[in-house]
Amino acid sequence: MARITMRQAITDALREEMLRDENVFIMGQEVGVWGGTYAVTRGFYDEFGPRRVRDTPISEMVIGGAAVGAAMNGLRPVAEFMTINFAFVAFDAIVNHAAKLRSMFGGQMKVPLVFRAPGGGGRQLGATHSHTPDVIFAHFPGLKVVSPATPYDAKGLLKAAIRSDDPVLFIEHATLYQLRGEVPEGEYLLPIGKADVKREGSDVTLIGYAQGLQVAMEAATDLAKEGIEAEVVDLRALRPLDMGPAVASFQKTFKAVVVEEGHRSYGIGAEVVARLQEEAFDYMDAPIKRVAQHEVPLPYSRELEQAALINKQRVIDAVKEIL
Amino acid sequence: MEKATLLEWYRQMVLIRRFEQKCAELYQLGKIGGFLHLYIGQEAIAVGSIAARRAADHVITAYRDHGHALAVGTETKYIMAEMLGKATGVSKGKGGSMHLADVSRNFWGGHAVVGAHLSLAVGLALSESYRGTDNAVLCYFGDGATNIGYFHESLNLAGVWQLPVVWICENNQYGMGTAVDRASAVSEMIRKAHAYGMEGKQVDGMNVFAVYEATKAALQAVRDGAGPQFLEMITYRFEGHSMGDPLRYRTKDEVEKWRADDPIGILERHLLEQGIATQQELDQVDTAVDAELAAAVQFAEESPLPALEKLYTDIYVDSE
Repeated sequence: MARITMRQAITDALREEMLRDENVFIMGQEVGVWGGTYAVTRGFYDEFGPRRVRDTPISEMVIGGAAVGAAMNGLRPVAEFMTINFAFVAFDAIVNHAAKLRSMFGGQMKVPLVFRAPGGGGRQLGATHSHTPDVIFAHFPGLKVVSPATPYDAKGLLKAAIRSDDPVLFIEHATLYQLRGEVPEGEYLLPIGKADVKREGSDVTLIGYAQGLQVAMEAATDLAKEGIEAEVVDLRALRPLDMGPAVASFQKTFKAVVVEEGHRSYGIGAEVVARLQEEAFDYMDAPIKRVAQHEVPLPYSRELEQAALINKQRVIDAVKEIL
Repeated sequence: MEKATLLEWYRQMVLIRRFEQKCAELYQLGKIGGFLHLYIGQEAIAVGSIAARRAADHVITAYRDHGHALAVGTETKYIMAEMLGKATGVSKGKGGSMHLADVSRNFWGGHAVVGAHLSLAVGLALSESYRGTDNAVLCYFGDGATNIGYFHESLNLAGVWQLPVVWICENNQYGMGTAVDRASAVSEMIRKAHAYGMEGKQVDGMNVFAVYEATKAALQAVRDGAGPQFLEMITYRFEGHSMGDPLRYRTKDEVEKWRADDPIGILERHLLEQGIATQQELDQVDTAVDAELAAAVQFAEESPLPALEKLYTDIYVDSE
């Protein structure tokens, strides 16, 4: 198996699906001639041409809405928001239209599109460019929200998202683009809405996704040196949310820490903790901890920004509090 | 124009008028819930423009959508059933008055966030352009929608990509209760089209012939590769914005002045004065419309409510 970056895995997924299905096309800001602001679609404009790789103006509302309209009539748009922060401008198109039309018109329509959006903090971009707002989008039925933590998952999940007949918001943590991991040569798809155990252990359960999952894995590696074996569960999708592996793990370890890059209040941690107590109340040996972003707009200065974000030490400290 | 065609336009306009009157009645009785926006006064626009389309051309509009649904040919009884929230409604009772659609007739709704569906129209047009067809999109919206970002982004992108859209602004003089000149920096909507590379044309929206001819020409221009077109239909809604509108923002005199230009009256006079139809023939149409409406109401009343098990259906395709 080749070890490739998450960026390459996403590029490969897009390219394979474009080659497979003529109805798949890409639209967004700088996706074409520029090659993608994160270089994900480099070379696509030359390979597929301006019909299938469509540069748009800086117009998130119509990027969102036009993708919905094209999908309604049978195409499979992959529309890119340059960052998830700009998807706020298209919030109505995403949650009021992509997510609602099928139900609101009694199943007459389907909206098979993918919104891709890089996101996340840690790059000194200031408060408006550093959000991890994934959970906000996951609040709404009708949308699927996926955010992978590894190159392998990114490729298999993105291909599945493109083939899904439902609208999928695919959030890529920008600091993970350079992350390398093993990806098999042949084609594969991964099911959307299936969590995955990324590391086995019996002492504590760490639950995360995307960047939070990677931080949890780093913490687990360090904890192992102290003889603490953490099991790490990757949610992979926030909607549909598969709690199966997390609940099973918790029933084994009786302790859990949820790790997420978004803010703590109303975050995915709040949802996961609520479900754990609903589904596994009798197994709870200690308070379930949440490691999340501090309740501040992310500052520019590196030290301040890092102080607001999650890191492995905060996860390790949380684990030790409940062991 | 053939007599049968003109009689059909007359029938559709009367059907829309009486459908709306019936809806107002049912709303007062509490049988229709939510918001209800009547199309009375604007009938010539939906009827005249949709008559100019081919069946493969798409129609998409805002929440004042009953007229468009009827004009594309959706059966009256299924629309009425949707009004009453019944399982037999076009949207299975999940959409309501503002969210009618009939995809089998390329009618894509019925959208209630002002301006948002203009972006959907761009996508519909993109899908046709992408496939290399010469099908077009008729996208309807009110004067109020020209003040929201969606309008500008959509007209701009359709222009950049030269998409097959006919933008049809139904300028009925008010966005809810706010007059055009209190909400828009320019009072002529076509001036906004100029910014996006379109000449635009103002059309007498009370005259079904003018609407038909203008739409036909615009569709032809789109198919000939001239890019998107913009029509500003000058019209007036005779009733309030929605049911319960106190109508404090306009005078009775103003309403009466416009009512003298009743689009149905204009067509009726034309048919009679030109000797195209007799009063008796028109009366027969009226009677048939009344019968159709009565049957539609009966169908809707007798239809079942959506089963509670349907609460979770039609949300995701993949789980079905």
